Amino acid sequence: MNTAENHTPAIVAENLTKVYGSGNTEVVAMKDVSLRVARGEVIALLGPSGAGKSTLLTAIGLINPPTSGRIHIGGELVLDADQAKVDLRQFRRRHLGFVFQKANLIPFLSAVENVQVALEINDASPRAARIRAMELLDYLGVADRANNLPDALSGGQQQRVAVARALANEPSLILADEPTAALDSHRGRQVMELFSKVAHERGAAVLVVTHDHRSLDVFDKTYEMEDGELRPSQPSETDT
Amino acid sequence: MNLAVRDIRHNVGRFALTTVGIGLLLMIVMGMGGIYRGLIYEATLLVDQVGADLWVVQGSTRGPFAEVSRIPANLEDRVRAVPGVAGARRFVSHTIQREHRGQPLRMVVQGLSWPEDKGDWVSLVAGRALRQAHYELIADRSLGLPLGEKVKLGKDTYEVVGLTRGMVGSGGDGLAFFTVSDAMAVQFDVPGEATRLERAARLVRLENLDLGRVTPLLSERVVGPANELPALAPPLVSAVLVTLQDGADPARVAATLATWPDVTIYSTQQQKDLLLSGMVDKARRQLGLFRVLLIIISAIIMALILYTLTLDKIHDIALLKLIGARNGVIIGLILQQALLMGVLGYGLAWWLGQYAFPRFPRLVVIETPDLLMLGGIVLAISMLASLLGIWKAMSVEPNKVLAA
Repeated sequence: MNTAENHTPAIVAENLTKVYGSGNTEVVAMKDVSLRVARGEVIALLGPSGAGKSTLLTAIGLINPPTSGRIHIGGELVLDADQAKVDLRQFRRRHLGFVFQKANLIPFLSAVENVQVALEINDASPRAARIRAMELLDYLGVADRANNLPDALSGGQQQRVAVARALANEPSLILADEPTAALDSHRGRQVMELFSKVAHERGAAVLVVTHDHRSLDVFDKTYEMEDGELRPSQPSETDT
Repeated sequence: MNLAVRDIRHNVGRFALTTVGIGLLLMIVMGMGGIYRGLIYEATLLVDQVGADLWVVQGSTRGPFAEVSRIPANLEDRVRAVPGVAGARRFVSHTIQREHRGQPLRMVVQGLSWPEDKGDWVSLVAGRALRQAHYELIADRSLGLPLGEKVKLGKDTYEVVGLTRGMVGSGGDGLAFFTVSDAMAVQFDVPGEATRLERAARLVRLENLDLGRVTPLLSERVVGPANELPALAPPLVSAVLVTLQDGADPARVAATLATWPDVTIYSTQQQKDLLLSGMVDKARRQLGLFRVLLIIISAIIMALILYTLTLDKIHDIALLKLIGARNGVIIGLILQQALLMGVLGYGLAWWLGQYAFPRFPRLVVIETPDLLMLGGIVLAISMLASLLGIWKAMSVEPNKVLAA
């Protein structure tokens, strides 16, 4: 990675607004939200249910386009309001990694195959994908369960495999939606520390939606969303 | 990595059961095609093997297979006199159902024109051709009569001297070859009392005719067998088979014979066409309709199962979309499963058929072109069946993963 790339923010979201419905049924889920996340940064997004956290995450994840606003990822304009400026699916494949509350592993694939599939759909050869997937599982400490189906893994192991899958294509941005909700506090903290480790060691930006206040110390910054508006929970550290 | 195979491995029970079901349906479809081919083979077997160039039948009829044909037995002598004719044989064919050893015995009685035709053209698997004018028969194995078996038909007992295999009539009943006179004896067998009454009636009729009064010798003849009364005998044979001389023009000979008002002439091909367009055609259409229905049912079952399998992994498909999988990956997942189901079902159908079809009561003839055509149809319905699942998969939004 060259110096110019190092200084390019991983995400720049500008004035994102999302409106569902119209007229009397209109609901504003996200109001004029702007966010900038640097590479290697780990950001927590807090807030009560219905505050718009997932709406922001899916907008930045190019899954659910905003009604207005612009999103740059890795310096590239990818969404201008609801107009895609790139092939969104291809962009997600190459630049984004996702982790969810549930691990969402494909049940008919083994742990290593769940990681391998993300690599193969990004045109890696099966052999190279297998090697890389094993490396990632090893990195995340679940290499010994590589050939087990998800059903045979504990919740924490499944979530590690999910993180390995998210890391597979070396994304510039990892989006995590309540990744520790299904885990006990010890394993939840382990996963949060894993995100921090990945961000700092691999230079990926990590945006985590969480309700878990016990592990906030692992984040570089925290934001709170309420009624669709984003505000820094530690104003001195915000970058909006 | 092949996602389709891995998914199947995960749902192997359901996939295997569905494939077995599809395989059984396809085996029936395959078998029905084979039964149709078997019908054609059986219907045309005799016409093909009897070795006639022309068939002379009763005027204005399409006999002897399509309808009843009765012509004088001595017509063969007239036919022999036609230029270009090398030989003529009487042909008798009728189906009987009698009882033998307490079981019903149904057979197609074929008359061979003894002594010219001893059945040497009949392909035997055991025994020999006919060697005497009476009381011998060659039977198809499907009749269940072993060599040397004695069979009582009417007043006489016949011995099985030869066995054939696969020689059956268009109705699937085994053929039994007798001499023409024996075949007629079997056909026209009546109780002794009826014979005596008929002879007495003949004598009365003769006495009332001038012919009887001027030729008293006839009164001695009318009390004998009916087939020994050339002037009074009814038409007795079904057809006369004509063999042409080498180099003779069949059309010219047929045209000559066709000038006789009491007969109709058919070539072997015309006789086969009559058989196929008449007796076999309805069976063909019936079997064809069943085949179409079964193919549609197979396609519907496949579509439903593939749709259900797709629904089961709709969340996984949404996830694949979310992590950037191309549509081709997802379509491939469903289409490959459909094709695999079709191919395995087809293979199973073929394999099961190897064991099942020979045990069917009617001949089942599986021909390579039919197999290839059915294979093409199976591939087509597999792809069609996958469309519903593909449509469902394509309509899934990646954010469905988050909803879960």
